Amino acid sequence: MKDCFARPIASAPDAWFDMVERDWNDGEKVIDRTTNRRRCLNLGSYNYLGFGSFDEYCTPRVIESLKKLSASTCSSRVDAGTTSVHVELEECVAKYVGKHSAIVFGMGYATNSFIIPVLIGKGGLIISDSLNHSSIINGARGSGANIRIFQHNTPSHLERILREEIAERQTKTHKPWKKIIVIVEGIYSMEREICKLPEIVSICKKYKAYVYLDEAHSIGAIGNTGRGVCELLGVNTADMDIMMGTFSKSFASCGGYIAGSKGAIQYLKHHCPAHLYATSISTPSAQQIISAIRVILGEDGSNRGAQKLARIRENSNYFRSELRNMGFKVLGDVDSPVMPIMLYHPAKIPAFSRECLRENVAIAVVGFTATPLMLGRARICISASHSKQDLIKALEVISKVGDLTGIKYFPAAPKKQEEEKDTIKPV
Amino acid sequence: MDTNLVEMFRAGLNWVTMALDAPSARVVLFGVRIQWHIFVEVLLGFVIVILLSQKSYKPPKRPLTEQEIDELCDEWVPEPLIPPITEDMMHEPPVLESAAGPHTTVNGKDVVNFASANYLGLIGHEKLLESCTSALEKYGVGSCGPRGFYGTIDVHLDCETRISKFLSTPDTILYSYGLSTMFSTIPCFCKKGDIIVADEGVHWGIQNGLQLSRSTIVYFKHNDMDSLRTTLEKIMTKNKRSKNLRRYIVAEAVYQNSGQIAPLDEIVKLKEKYKFRVILDESNSFGVLGRSGRGLAEHHGVPIEKIDVVTAAMGHALATEGGFCTGNARIIDYQRLSSSGYVFSASLPPYLASAAITAIDVIDQNPELLVKMKQNIALLWKGLEDIKGMSLASDPESPIVFLKLEKSSGSTKEDLLLLEKMADRALKEDSLLVVSSKKSFLDKCRLPVGIKLLVSAGHSESDLVKVSESLKRLASELLL
Repeated sequence: MKDCFARPIASAPDAWFDMVERDWNDGEKVIDRTTNRRRCLNLGSYNYLGFGSFDEYCTPRVIESLKKLSASTCSSRVDAGTTSVHVELEECVAKYVGKHSAIVFGMGYATNSFIIPVLIGKGGLIISDSLNHSSIINGARGSGANIRIFQHNTPSHLERILREEIAERQTKTHKPWKKIIVIVEGIYSMEREICKLPEIVSICKKYKAYVYLDEAHSIGAIGNTGRGVCELLGVNTADMDIMMGTFSKSFASCGGYIAGSKGAIQYLKHHCPAHLYATSISTPSAQQIISAIRVILGEDGSNRGAQKLARIRENSNYFRSELRNMGFKVLGDVDSPVMPIMLYHPAKIPAFSRECLRENVAIAVVGFTATPLMLGRARICISASHSKQDLIKALEVISKVGDLTGIKYFPAAPKKQEEEKDTIKPV
Repeated sequence: MDTNLVEMFRAGLNWVTMALDAPSARVVLFGVRIQWHIFVEVLLGFVIVILLSQKSYKPPKRPLTEQEIDELCDEWVPEPLIPPITEDMMHEPPVLESAAGPHTTVNGKDVVNFASANYLGLIGHEKLLESCTSALEKYGVGSCGPRGFYGTIDVHLDCETRISKFLSTPDTILYSYGLSTMFSTIPCFCKKGDIIVADEGVHWGIQNGLQLSRSTIVYFKHNDMDSLRTTLEKIMTKNKRSKNLRRYIVAEAVYQNSGQIAPLDEIVKLKEKYKFRVILDESNSFGVLGRSGRGLAEHHGVPIEKIDVVTAAMGHALATEGGFCTGNARIIDYQRLSSSGYVFSASLPPYLASAAITAIDVIDQNPELLVKMKQNIALLWKGLEDIKGMSLASDPESPIVFLKLEKSSGSTKEDLLLLEKMADRALKEDSLLVVSSKKSFLDKCRLPVGIKLLVSAGHSESDLVKVSESLKRLASELLL
């Protein structure tokens, strides 16, 4: 199954890309690159808003900042790694997300792993959702605090755990918890469900726990202006204590941010090891994020941002409804640009992937260790750069391959023409 | 009176004995005459058995009522999420307005930069800028996905091949963040129950990796081979089970916290004697040490196959971002499936990988950059020999020139504030950017703090003279 993963591409991760064909040498053991290229429809990259290739506003500015400030500062932020672009980026991100200040790091995974140990240590309690990302788990383990897991997206279970923990800790050991942080994600990467944020926030307020929201997949893609889950569900950003997100998905760059109150960010800047020791985020990447945010907010003078956001919503909802009509089992909430198609059987995973590739559609499939053994799935990522024809072609191919591999587990909705035939009876 | 009582007592006793003996007057069991006291003893025996078999009395556990839980929850007051901000936390770093080369601009003024690890002066090099520009135009900025899901761009694979060719190792894996290289590699191989012997002066990324691995960690004195030898000896002889456990030595080639260079030849001798594996971090020695910049192995004349795992961050001599790990093909293949920082994270932006390839080509074609850098280090050493209040604690060949405080005030916090003041004055009065030690409360390294100067091949002689004079003046004003 090695050929289904880590497929190299030879162009930008746009709506269509050139995939490098690989040769299997010696059966499964070695895969060599060949010089053949295959033009495929890209349904696997996280390129939600279509910034993943040459962009008329962003790329010239990125190249300008590269020429002025070079690709790297070779220094940590506190030494000589803070440039004017970094300062601008942090202000821009804070304003966009709706908090007072922000701090930016060069890697999204590292943001979680290095910030959580600074916020909480031994004597504290972390309550995290059962389907949280590996970076949050790493950060929680590294912090030394106690960890409890609550059932995925179930606020009632969270409340029960909070009541149990606070009361029992005080009566049993007479050393109450120093603080409690509840960590949730905006959209979960495997299930594509949106978090029940309003309920969770009200519970946390009642029990005085702090909320840490990870918006890796939702920032820039959800909400009217792309401001994430808070905008979509109408939650006040002042109720979130710490908001985290990454730039590698909607903004087609790299890195992560933490947004919070002024005091919080100042404290983190002084103590977070990634800020003190790691090389600062590359300046052209930072410029890409600033330019992408400007386009989204319409500050570049055009309405391309609003168009992109509308298009991705339209594309995702259309694709999802069509797939459901065909009889596929598709997870995910409305408006989510990523939709998993359930395959269930482990043998169907490579079959689906290879058949789609034969028709020049590149799909990402996920199997065991990332998901439970019998819950394999194909993950479709829709982008604002996909046109209607692209989506129609993708639907045709997926339908054909779905019939071949037998994954249309539900009956297909009757087609509209047949409905009309039935209603128009000969007089 | 007394005798009457005694007689009455005796009579009563006789009567009781007879009465009790009466029922069993003629019973003989197993050749032993049964007397009344045996009945009493048997009864007592039964009572003891019954009492022992009963459950001990515990007051019944009454669960808390909802109202009680509500009250406890209301009473509980958590600590604030962030402790109050103190004066020293308000310090702002300098903001650069041009590229972080040997000379840069801060607040409109030209400043000599000794704070960037730009050892070979490749920041702003035209070839790197050219390759970055063409990569940006072709691939955009980000790769929009992890390596497993269409985030592998042909530039990444080319970069891995180029690094393997440069270091003559079988295979290489690229990471998207320098600091994440070590904290992903170590937990990938070292698991619970393994033994790791690490230098006490390793930087925070390695410390985090060691903590996440959950192995048994034993520290040895900083760069002290005798201490390493005794530690290895102790581990192998004390614990008989050690022979069946996986054992590792973790060290840095050039220590970020002190500028010392690890004596690789001795480490390799010890490793072979006691059968340990070596994980070496070559972030500050790749492109710097050795005749052609191939790192610590070339510097000490040790074949690179003897080091099991070599990792490095590319944010130093290569003037780009990210990191890599190189070694045996099986080690690298294993990391592609189980290294968390590789599998669960978006891949390195392609323009940075392209910059890395160009940087290595430049190093190969321009060996004079290394010669210039080594000359600059020697000149700087000469200039700082007679500085008062501080002493040179790094290795004479290391590009990190570390001046440690000779007399500490007793509190690390006070020392750090003093050094920060010195660096601030160097910037304001002499337009020099130097690094003063910074410590997070999570950092366990206890080495002495000081001022670090990162020497570049792009520095001119006048820059080096300027920084020596300035530091000597500030040291005599602030430290004596």
